[in-house]
Amino acid sequence: MAEAVVSAAVSAPSEAVPAPLPVSAVLPWAFFVGLLALVALYFVGAEQGATSLIAGSDVHEWVHDGRHLLGFPCH
Amino acid sequence: MHASTVRSLLVRGMLAGLVAGLFAFAVAYVVGEPPVNGSIAVEEAQAAAQETHAGHGAAAGAEAAEEEEEAVSRPVQSTFGLATGVLVYGVALGGIAALAFSFALGRVGRFGPRATAALTAAAAFTTVYLVPFLKYPATPPAVGNPDTIGKRTTLFFLMILLSVLLGLAAVIIGRRLAPRLGNWNATLAAAAGFLVVTAVAFVLLPANDDAVQAGFPAALLWEFRLASLAVQAVLWAVFGVVFGVLAQKVLAGRTAAADARATAGAPLPG
Repeated sequence: MAEAVVSAAVSAPSEAVPAPLPVSAVLPWAFFVGLLALVALYFVGAEQGATSLIAGSDVHEWVHDGRHLLGFPCH
Repeated sequence: MHASTVRSLLVRGMLAGLVAGLFAFAVAYVVGEPPVNGSIAVEEAQAAAQETHAGHGAAAGAEAAEEEEEAVSRPVQSTFGLATGVLVYGVALGGIAALAFSFALGRVGRFGPRATAALTAAAAFTTVYLVPFLKYPATPPAVGNPDTIGKRTTLFFLMILLSVLLGLAAVIIGRRLAPRLGNWNATLAAAAGFLVVTAVAFVLLPANDDAVQAGFPAALLWEFRLASLAVQAVLWAVFGVVFGVLAQKVLAGRTAAADARATAGAPLPG
């Protein structure tokens, strides 16, 4: 009786350990959204600095301060 | 069912990234803008000095001319521009971190959703920002030679990739060692391995080409780099806490629904 109470207390932690999500469920999201996120990061971090897809320097100038303060090499 | 859980986590990760980005923007505006403005003032003073001292530096004139013509005004750069950069960064990395969390959940040890979120945020801060920063620190305007931007950018992104891969390897190796060494020693061994390999990479990779010009105030450089560190630390701390709470709710709902189905489908005997 006392043992059952103790084991119930031990096996019911305040935050249960969740079961892993299957990799097959994560992978498609990881691929497509990961790709989109990397494109967004490229425009914040590098576009019109080392490489340039869009002519001019508007993107560079617009995110200039963020680029410096987030730690990217800017110019 | 699992796919919808991942989608919910992803959406909440991006939301948490947005919230974290707002906090980081506040820090960047209050703490980061003064040294940025200070650096631009130094840059302009140096350019003016070079113009008056004709013959002082022959190559310097071309460089100074290249710097001019601001397409976006300073007040816009320091508000909307800064906010755009920091918020896009927060949302994008929030999404990536939520996906990393989805892989890590239940696989890195006996951690609940909130602890897993905090660990994911700490790992992301360390590998995506802190380690690359220690080798190639953030530079304010006026520091950095425009001729070497290509090389510096390549090295910086390479350093991020390397430290993320090393971090992943450390986690996987740590999990493999856990049954033999126990969780504590396995974690210490994996962390030590990460530090040693990172230190070797620091030594072997080319030095930072940013020539801090003679006369650039050291205190200003320090202030700027500390501000950069603060922006990223706040971003990831807020993300870890906010996403942990949101993920906890998503996963609690999932567990409750599964329990309800299990109870309804197969009532317990006796």
